[in-house]
This record gives sequence, C-alpha cells and structure tokens, in this order.
Amino acid sequence: MREKELEKLKEYKYGFSTDIETIKAPKGLNEEVIKFISKIKKEPKWLLDWRLKAYKRLKVLKEPNWQKPKYPKINYQDLYYYSAPKSFKEKPKSLDELDPKLLETYKKLGIPLQEQKRLNNIAVDAVFDSVSVATTFKEKLTEKGIIFCSISEAIQKHPDLVKKYLGSVIPITDHYFATLNSAVFTDGSFVYIPENVRCPMELSTYFRINASQTGQFERTLIIADKGSYVSYLEGCTAPMRDENQLHAANVELVALDDAEIKYSTVQNWYPGDKDGKGGIYNFVTKRGLCKGKNSKISWTQVETGSAITWKYPSCILMGDNSIGEFYSIAITNNYQKADTGTKMTHLGKNTKSKIISKGISAGFADNTYRGLVDIGRNAINSRNYTQCDSLLIGNKCGAHTVPYIRNKNSLANVEHEATTSKISDEQLFYCNQRGLNQEEAVSLIVNGFCKEVLQQLPMEFAVEAQKLVGISLEGSVG
Amino acid sequence: MLNIHNLSAKIDKKSILNGLSLKIKPGEVHAIMGPNGSGKSTLANILSGKKGYDISGKVSYENNDLFNLAIEERAHKGLFLAFQYPLEIPGVNTSNFLKTSLNAIRKSKGQKELDALEFLKIVKKKASELKIDEKILNRQLNVGFSGGEKKKNEILQMSLIEPKMAILDETDSGLDIDALKIVAKGVNALRGKERSFLIITHYQRLLDYIKPDFVHVLMNGKIAKSGCMELAEELEKTGYEKI
Repeated sequence: MREKELEKLKEYKYGFSTDIETIKAPKGLNEEVIKFISKIKKEPKWLLDWRLKAYKRLKVLKEPNWQKPKYPKINYQDLYYYSAPKSFKEKPKSLDELDPKLLETYKKLGIPLQEQKRLNNIAVDAVFDSVSVATTFKEKLTEKGIIFCSISEAIQKHPDLVKKYLGSVIPITDHYFATLNSAVFTDGSFVYIPENVRCPMELSTYFRINASQTGQFERTLIIADKGSYVSYLEGCTAPMRDENQLHAANVELVALDDAEIKYSTVQNWYPGDKDGKGGIYNFVTKRGLCKGKNSKISWTQVETGSAITWKYPSCILMGDNSIGEFYSIAITNNYQKADTGTKMTHLGKNTKSKIISKGISAGFADNTYRGLVDIGRNAINSRNYTQCDSLLIGNKCGAHTVPYIRNKNSLANVEHEATTSKISDEQLFYCNQRGLNQEEAVSLIVNGFCKEVLQQLPMEFAVEAQKLVGISLEGSVG
Repeated sequence: MLNIHNLSAKIDKKSILNGLSLKIKPGEVHAIMGPNGSGKSTLANILSGKKGYDISGKVSYENNDLFNLAIEERAHKGLFLAFQYPLEIPGVNTSNFLKTSLNAIRKSKGQKELDALEFLKIVKKKASELKIDEKILNRQLNVGFSGGEKKKNEILQMSLIEPKMAILDETDSGLDIDALKIVAKGVNALRGKERSFLIITHYQRLLDYIKPDFVHVLMNGKIAKSGCMELAEELEKTGYEKI
C-alpha cells in the first residue's frame, strides 16, 4: 500500500475496500434496471409494479433544495443501482458457504459473523453493497416468533406483512430521495416482533458500501406488534474513495398499541478527506409511526461520518398517549456538512415528544439543526420539549438552529431551548494543565457536552460511540 | 527543581515581567506577594505554559528547558497549577475529570491506569482527609460551584496528583477561614523533601498556616525584596509602598 493511503487509513480506519467479483446492474436509472433488480431478487409482480409506480412518480419530482448544504448535481445515470458479490447469485445457505473475503471484511470492521466469535447478545444482519450477507442468532429469535432477516428474504417468506406495511409510513410519493429509494431499493433489514414479546437481545444491522460508483439504497422495515418491545441498532462504514457516493436509505417503523421501538444509529460513513474530497452523501429518510395508543418510538443517532448528512428521523404520533423521542449527536469536522433534525407530528390526544440535539462543528464544517414540531387540531394536551445545543471548535465553522413550530391546538404545550457555545482556549489550557493532551481534552469536553444523548445508546455501543466522538474530532484543534 | 533566570514577558507589547530571577530547590516553599498588576498571575501562567505571551529569559525545570515542554508534558513531569479562576466544563462529571487527569499523568509515567473503583476509593479518602464534601465529585466540573468549592476542588486535585512542583495562584483569595485551613492542610500534607511549592498570595493570612521558607515581593515585574516570614508580617503592617 502506498504511504499516502496508509496515512489516510489512520484517519479513517474503515477506509479499506474489499476486492471481490461483483454482479452489477447496467449503469443508469431506467425501467430496465428496476426490472433487473426485481428479477434478480425474484420479487413478486406487485412489488415490481410498486417500484415502477415509484419510478414514474420520481420523474416528475425534483430534488429538495431547501437544505443548507449544497452539492454538485448528481448524475443519476452515471451510477450503479445494484452491486452484489458474485458468489451471491444464489444466497449461501450457511456461513460456511460465504466467501472468505466477506468474512474477513466484517472481521476487520469488528463485526465477526462466525458462530464462535459473535457479539454477545446482539443479533447482526450484515448488508454489503446491495445484499444482506448474513444474519446471526436467527434460530434463537425464531423461538420467540421474532422475524429478523433481510428485507429480500421477508418479501419471499412473509409477503403479507411486507405488503401491508411497506410504504405505509413513507409513501412512494413522498419526496425525491424516498421515492428514488422505493424504485431501486436493494436490501436492508426486516423485523417483526409479535404481540407481547420483548425482544431478548439487541438487533443490529451493519451497512457497508464497498463497490465504487454505486449507490446504496437500503430499506428497513420494523414492526412492533401490540405490547412488544425491540431495540435496534445500525452501524455504517464505507471505503475511502475520491468520488462522492450516494446513500439514500428509507427506514420505516410501525409501533402498534403499547409497543415500543428504540432505534439507534451510529453513522460513520467515509466523511471525505481533509480538503473535503470524496465522502458519502447520506440522504436518508427515517420515519416512525406510533400507530397504536400508548406506543413509543425513540430515535437516537450519532452522526459522525459522511460528507453531507441530510436526515430527519421523525415520529408520527397517531395513537393517543403515544410518545416520540429524538436524541441526536451530529459531529462535523473539516469540510463535512450536516443538516439534520426531526419532525414530530402530533395527531393523537395526550401525545408527547422530546427532542435533544447536540451539534458539534469543527474545522470548516457546517452543522444545522432543522426540526418541525407539528401539533394537529385534535392533539389536545400534547406536549413537546426541544433542546438544541451547538458547540463550536475553532472560528471557521458554523452552527445553525432552524426550529419550526406549527401549533393548531390551544391546549398543547411546546417548549424550545437552544444554546450555542464554544470550547474556550482557557478550558483547553485547564485540561492540558491537568495532563490531557489537546485531543484528549477535546474528546472529554465534547463527550460531556453529548452525555445526555450518549446515555440513550445501548450500553454495548455507548463506549464505542464515545471513542468515535473523540476520533472524529482529531486534529480539530491545534 | 525550578530555576528562573532573567525572565521577561510582554503581552500585546505591554511589559509585565522584567528580568525576574528565582531559584526553588526541592522541598522548599516559596511565597510570592505583591500588589495588583505586579505580574504574579502572569508568572504562574507562563510557568504552566499558557500561550499568548512574548517571552525572553530562561527557565529550567528538573534540568529540562521548560519552554521546550508542552503544557501537558509539564503536567506529566509534576508541575501543577492551582488556578485562580478554575474553569467550568459543563457536562463533564468532576469525578470523571479527576480520573482522566490522574490516569493521563500515571500513563505518562508508565504506571497502570486506575479503574473506576480503584480511583473512587482513593479520591474518597483524599476528600475525607481534606474535609471536602464528596458530593462535588458527582457534579459537573466547577459548574455552579461556589468560589470556595472551586478552590477546594483544586486542592483535591493537587492531593490526588501529588505534583513535584505546585504553584498556587491566589488560592486563598475569597476563602473563609475554614476553607483557608483546608487549603493549608492540603499543602502541608504534601510538604516533603522532594516537593516544592510556589504560593502566590495577597495576604499573610494563608502564610500563617503554611509557614513558607522564603517570602518574595514582586513589584513591577521583578523580585523587589526577598526574606523570611518576617517580611510577610512587615508587609501586612506597612503595605507595599515602603518597599
């Protein structure tokens, strides 16, 4: 490996790529490509029709342009929409049949898939470019009636559930990127928790983009039936490439009566190099529907990667007494840009939402919190509490807070608090004097700043996330 | 231990220190007194490595050129500054800060880092010896602390770190008599053959409890007079004008 690449790998340790033979759809976006994807995945006709309907809609939609980060026009005809390891023409029946190169890749990423080395008490679904390569702990979950598999498998084995819920939270007509995803989505995870079952372990999906010039369009669907509970976590990494790669995922969550879904993300896509070259465009639509009464959906995100992050994990609080929560840490360094926040749509009575957002900006980066609290006519006695804190490191970065509040109900209660602060030279001096170097000092101060959000993460991941927070800001002061 | 030779410092072209020289041997306790604006805090800041000064002169610390050491390296080598105005760091738990600091210093010396339980045992013991309420350990670092609590927290950190060369920058200012005794106790407990102190103060009060070996008067950026405890007593009576 050339010295320069080695140097780069120090900055982003997941930046390697796996040299593996792939099957790709022909380049470009058209009906033929969509049919290719649908065919290779052996999908039923209704789904192909659904995709084509989305594609038809896509043609009249325009990309959103209200967000703060601007980017050069994406040539959608110059992308591959499907890329899978060749050995996946027939999905391997067991891990023994899995290409050793893939096992090696996940081992390097710290996600061992083999039985003996599995992460304790965490079931993992591993998605490599456009396909799910393995799902662990399946049998143990099946005993409880829990379905945890790739969405492709769910389409084959549980078509009724998929048909009922797919697109029920994010309709295919929603907006440009969501509609694009509906037309070309390739793989992702599917979770169904039956009535009154408490999922005994963390479920987790690990997304990896490997191929170049390839977009990743994953689709995740989680359904928590009445009285059930699930905690789900996704992690993401990608190789370092000079080009910008597109990741446009859709995640739909449905919580029925008395059910609770906790969804955590640790997003560490390749952020681009120090000068802002390359990196992932992370344009993601995540939405949860609290469909039943007393249901609860809680989003926690730690966004440290990507050149541009554009995502607003949202909750539609339809059921009476339902609760939506959004805990976010967005860290931008160098030339990274983030425009992220949430939407809390209160429809039912006595619905509650809570938003805690921590934005950290360093280098030349730009970080925007954008959120909407929307209280409907019938949402009597609803409450929202929003707290947005921004932390600046250095004097060339930016932080912005754009909260929208729409209240149609006089019996609702909405609170918003916001602060902006800067790590002062005096604070750093104090920490240095106590023996911490610059990076340790920044990491400590930033972790303190984010503590409320980090506490929301499942314990197994909180420590990793803490480290990641420190690493992403390396070189930001000095 | 610490040898300051002909030290001058300017900030924004304004002269603050003008050829200050001072030698501190292991085990000695030196007190520096002086009127407002005489350069006392500047001296403490420069010794601990704060940036922003235009410096000339030489300072050697344990045979190292002090100015070649980064701030944290000075700390690793046992130089400690008790701040006049300890900084607030929101969200950072005091106990966690103290542990991180102590472990960074231990690590630099090749010692084993302490785990949470080991650390807690030590810090609780130190706090109780100094009669510091251990509740401050669970609060955010210096956030909402009273002036006295902040200063006591500095002394607690000093006791934990056990520095070789401790500089106290007006640690006694604004303290009531009980808190003052805690500060003195912290210093006296650490006093030993290998450890030196530089205590910056306005008042004789603290020195009554600490009993320094030498007292210096800093005026116009250099040492105007040096002596023993009697000098401090004299100053208390006559003020600085007579010097």
